[in-house]
Amino acid sequence: MTPSVTATAQAGGLTQVRSSAGQYNGFCQQGGIEVLDRAGFRTQEGPRVAREALQLVGAPACPSGALDLILMPDQMMLQIHESIGHPLELDRILGDERNMAGTSFVTMDMFGHYRYGSDLLNVSFDPGRPHEFAGFAFDDEGMAAERALLIEHGVLLRPLGGSLSQARARALGFDLGAVATTRASAWNRAPIDRMSNLNVEPGSHTLDQIIASTELGVVMHTNCSWSIDDSRNKFQFGCEYARMVRGGKLAEVVRNPNYRGISATFWRSLAMVGDASTLQVMGTPFCGKGEPSQVIRVGHAAPVCKFAQVDVFGAAA
Amino acid sequence: MMGYTDPARFALLADALLQPDAAVDRTSLYLRAEVSDFLRFNQARLRQATNVQQATLTLAVERGQRRAESTLTLGGETALDLARLQAERCLLLGQLDLIADDPWLQRPAAPSHSQRDDSGTLPDAAQLIALVHSQAGQRLQQDFVGFYAGGPVAHAFADSLGARHWHRVVSFQFDWCLYHRADKAVKTSYAGTQWHDAEFVRRLDAAAQQVPLLGQPPRTLAPGAYRAALAPAAMVELLGTLGWSGFSLKARRTGVSALMRLARGEAAFHTSFQLDDAVAQGTAPGFSAEGFVRPGRVALVDAGQLPASGGTLNAPRTAAQYGVLANGVGPQESPDALLLATGQIPQGDLLRVLDTGLYISNLWYLNYSDRQSCRMTGMTRYACFWVEAGRLVAPINVMRFDDDALRLFGSGLVGLTDSAEFTPNSSTYGARQLDSVTTPAAVVSGLQLTL
Repeated sequence: MTPSVTATAQAGGLTQVRSSAGQYNGFCQQGGIEVLDRAGFRTQEGPRVAREALQLVGAPACPSGALDLILMPDQMMLQIHESIGHPLELDRILGDERNMAGTSFVTMDMFGHYRYGSDLLNVSFDPGRPHEFAGFAFDDEGMAAERALLIEHGVLLRPLGGSLSQARARALGFDLGAVATTRASAWNRAPIDRMSNLNVEPGSHTLDQIIASTELGVVMHTNCSWSIDDSRNKFQFGCEYARMVRGGKLAEVVRNPNYRGISATFWRSLAMVGDASTLQVMGTPFCGKGEPSQVIRVGHAAPVCKFAQVDVFGAAA
Repeated sequence: MMGYTDPARFALLADALLQPDAAVDRTSLYLRAEVSDFLRFNQARLRQATNVQQATLTLAVERGQRRAESTLTLGGETALDLARLQAERCLLLGQLDLIADDPWLQRPAAPSHSQRDDSGTLPDAAQLIALVHSQAGQRLQQDFVGFYAGGPVAHAFADSLGARHWHRVVSFQFDWCLYHRADKAVKTSYAGTQWHDAEFVRRLDAAAQQVPLLGQPPRTLAPGAYRAALAPAAMVELLGTLGWSGFSLKARRTGVSALMRLARGEAAFHTSFQLDDAVAQGTAPGFSAEGFVRPGRVALVDAGQLPASGGTLNAPRTAAQYGVLANGVGPQESPDALLLATGQIPQGDLLRVLDTGLYISNLWYLNYSDRQSCRMTGMTRYACFWVEAGRLVAPINVMRFDDDALRLFGSGLVGLTDSAEFTPNSSTYGARQLDSVTTPAAVVSGLQLTL
């Protein structure tokens, strides 16, 4: 289920849109009607979203500059998706996607030693996590799906590739391991290497501790814009809602928050990772890839994360 | 095998399902069908080949202000499909008693008819695979990666009030890259209805001649403002992004359109910027899934300003809500055949007019960084070059732009070329798409590069 409520507010010629966890992605979970309760869909989300839309039309634009950046799980999911998930797809690394979706800055000789992020970064492929959007027992090549770490303490270990891609890599002299994540979107498309449940593991800090540690920064919520180059390196992402952090405390709401960076260095600026209390199970129903094109469901569970000195900017006017 | 891309098969369904029935005011059918060869190539060899025969039918029943609809995948055996559709229609009739009136439900004023059948000559899949291997791989020794999609695509509508529409295009689209190394490649395409091996080879050879240009040391540009020539493929990306809600009546009236500053008269495009949704000149059907007929051309921007009609695409229910005339588009209110008028720059003079700056062959992954300001971001891709005195000097490493499209095609527009290129949508999400963009190349000033 992908429950979402959206509010649009206008004042003085300015329009702002706020959603519960994303207009295009965000809160997506497997389950029945109880998912609505987990999302707060029937209780607090409507009033909160409306209140925050009204805050945004009266808010100043997000300031520009190098700031500490705190990403909430409904933006972390997009950050994981675009700058870890897609670059680690083995068929991209093998060149299959170069005509459309693109290639990857990751090459086969990087696995086992490349420093993808800071020591705090641990990334798992976890097809068995409860509620998460892309759980399964076997992939579409028949390989049993088991949890595996792709990045451990910041070091790149293995790609997102199924048994066929693994065999192709081995034929080229690279024994990279594999995870069961080859999937087709429907009967009319062939299986290819996809993300499934791709998660950042929780760390040891509460949200309050992360905010208190920040002298000047910004907390960004809920993805609304995404763009990244064909090697999955230079990215720019935008969020619906943000609050400044000043002197270790949450401060004013700011609108049109954006940030940009380079995947190869961004994850090395990971400075704090939230504990399990900050983790939320998110995802997207719209992961596009392949020729012919395929759109598929993907899960991303993540805690709140803080990145040091990121290039942040706001609206044009 | 034609499957449901054969009009006789659709006529069978329509005859059986659209019999007079006093229990409803209208029953309607909307068919989407295709028979497609999909061929993926990597390193000039076949990577993946599929042949897909698929058809979906949206069946709707309406009574008063109530409508219930369901979309079924058809299996191909007419008797079985008809039995499933008849059963589904019974379920939908039952649902009409359970749902509330829809105050904005609209029906066409009168039954309408249309027929378009673009026949084609397509390559045999096995021969094409061999052709790519022999020409791109063995003869030219190129790292060829590409995708071919071809076959008939049909859309059809019929209702119990007598409307009948049939739209079939037998076409192919083949686009490919010749990679020099890493992310440096020449992108080329060949699309149409009449395949000729010699024309494919001619385009392949022309692309191969450009690859050595990518071997020169690439230049990394500093962020800043640059004069730039945008090839038609790059223009397709920019205009397509404008189409995300930019021309939607609903988006305009709710204030979320990217063109709100244009709508309020706070900004304008250049007076030479003339943009239409010209379905009659594209390959998309001229009717909607509800049976509304689209005008052949809707003016979106006229001499840089909104036309008197408002320059919006008005779905019937949105139009009814706001009390304006509908123009037959689907509920997304997005253009299907954008057509940008040509300008005065002779096609062969594009680099001469650019003089010094960037030649951008392709853009990639566009999105809005500030929709209210019509500010877009995206990446350069493939064969983009630094140009001096009208000559290609060096390939550039990929750069991010972040700029206001109203400024870029307003005060920043230096000129448009005197010929336009037709680019069909190569997307195949769920099904092959029939929309297109036709645009000239452009020269712009002050393109903001940021990263």
